[in-house]
This record gives sequence, structure tokens and C-alpha cells, in this order.
Amino acid sequence: MSLEVMLNAAGLAFVVAGARWHQADGQVVFLFILAMAAAEVAVGLALVRQIYERFRSLDADALSEMRG
Amino acid sequence: MELAFYIAGAVAVIATFLMLTRVNVVHALLYLIVSLLAVAVVFYTLGAPFVAALEVIVYAGAIMVLFVFVVMMLNLGEHGVELEKQWLTPGIWTGPALLAGILIIEVFYLVRGGTAGLATGAVEPKEVGIALFGPYLIGVELASMLLLAGLVGAYHLGFRKVEKPEIQYGRYTAERRAAASGNPVLAGTDQLARTP
Repeated sequence: MSLEVMLNAAGLAFVVAGARWHQADGQVVFLFILAMAAAEVAVGLALVRQIYERFRSLDADALSEMRG
Repeated sequence: MELAFYIAGAVAVIATFLMLTRVNVVHALLYLIVSLLAVAVVFYTLGAPFVAALEVIVYAGAIMVLFVFVVMMLNLGEHGVELEKQWLTPGIWTGPALLAGILIIEVFYLVRGGTAGLATGAVEPKEVGIALFGPYLIGVELASMLLLAGLVGAYHLGFRKVEKPEIQYGRYTAERRAAASGNPVLAGTDQLARTP
């Protein structure tokens, strides 16, 4: 969710820059950010669900299966 | 115009801050939705109506529904029901509702003013489309491939191995309906007579 906020902030910066110089490029880049966020959310939530199925917990400290 | 921009910006900042400081996931999600709507209003006041509409439809509509769905899905069972009752008490949604109400009033005033609010160098959707499918065509193709990869990845990760074969009822519809004495609802279930 914090990732979404950060992506939104980046998109806002692009749109503001596009509005400042009256260019459509800023909005185009925002569309790309939107598509990227959608793909990332889909994969991320699938991962979260998988972790929950496997460990019955979303605590990141519980995911200590790797030995290192 | 200026005032609308600053109000929407303030709402966005406040909602985002409240979202980051919430302990409960669903409360944070409510504030995040309000934050996204506020950013959409900011886009509108900046003269980017196309992006504002997309922000509402895609971000606040699709992505946030996905979030809420997964968060709710992870809390199955009676424990989850109790939790949801606890989450949606009136005290919780008043904060987001208040901020969203400010935004609604603001959008109402902006829309009532017509396109006069978009006076200073608005970038029309037409220009965005021309730029998107002109010099940025390769980017569009790459985005489509990224979305396809996301789709396949989400499907693969969300796949669960079937442990026991699925029971199929109602394969012979006419027979089932006759056995259930004509009741189409019971014919589609595993019980043939209504049990009290």
C-alpha cells in the first residue's frame, strides 16, 4: 500500500511537470505508471495470498526458511 | 481554482498521513482510497481531466477493490466475521467519509463552473492519445507485455493444487429435478429434500 502511495507521488510529479510546460508527455508517463502499478499489485497480492496459505501468517519474521 | 487545488492537496496529504499511521489494514485502505480520490481532484484542477478520470476508475476503482478483496479474503471463518464487525464500527468510517465529503463538495463546485476551471493550459485527452500512439507506441506495446506477464504471474502464484476432485451435481438436470420433485434450487445442490 505504501508502494501505491509512492507510485502515485511519482505520477503526480509527472503530471504537474506536464501541466507546467503544456505537454501531453507527463500524462502519457502517468498512464505507464498506472499500468505498471496494476501489474505489480496483481502479482504482489497473489504472493501475499501464497505466503498466507503456506505460513498462516503475514509476519515477515515468520518467513525464515532460508538458511543463511 | 487555486483554492480548490490547495484544498484537494491538503486532503490528499492528510489522508495519506492518516493511512500511514493506521494500525488496522482496512482503516488504512479507506484512507488510501480517499487519498487517491483527492489526487484525482488535484489532477483535474491541474488541467488533466483524462488522467483524473483514469485515476478514479483504475486506481480507486479496480486496484483498491483488489486490495480490499484480498484483505477480506485472508480473514476467513468466524474469527474473520468478528473482526469485520469490529472494523466497520461507525467511528471508523467517519474520518474517511468527512474527507471524501469535502472532495465531493469541491468537485460539485468545479463541475458547476463548467470547463472554466480548466482554463490554464489544459491538456485534452485527444493530445494525450495522439502522443500515446505516436512517439510512445513502443511504450504502449511494452506496457501491454508487462500486463500480460503480470496476468500470467498472478495466475501462476494464485494457483492452488486441487486436493480432492470436485464433486459435480446436476449433471443430468432432468433426472435431478425429477428426484427433487420439481424444485430447481434443490436439484442443483447435494440434498434432494429441504431439511429444516
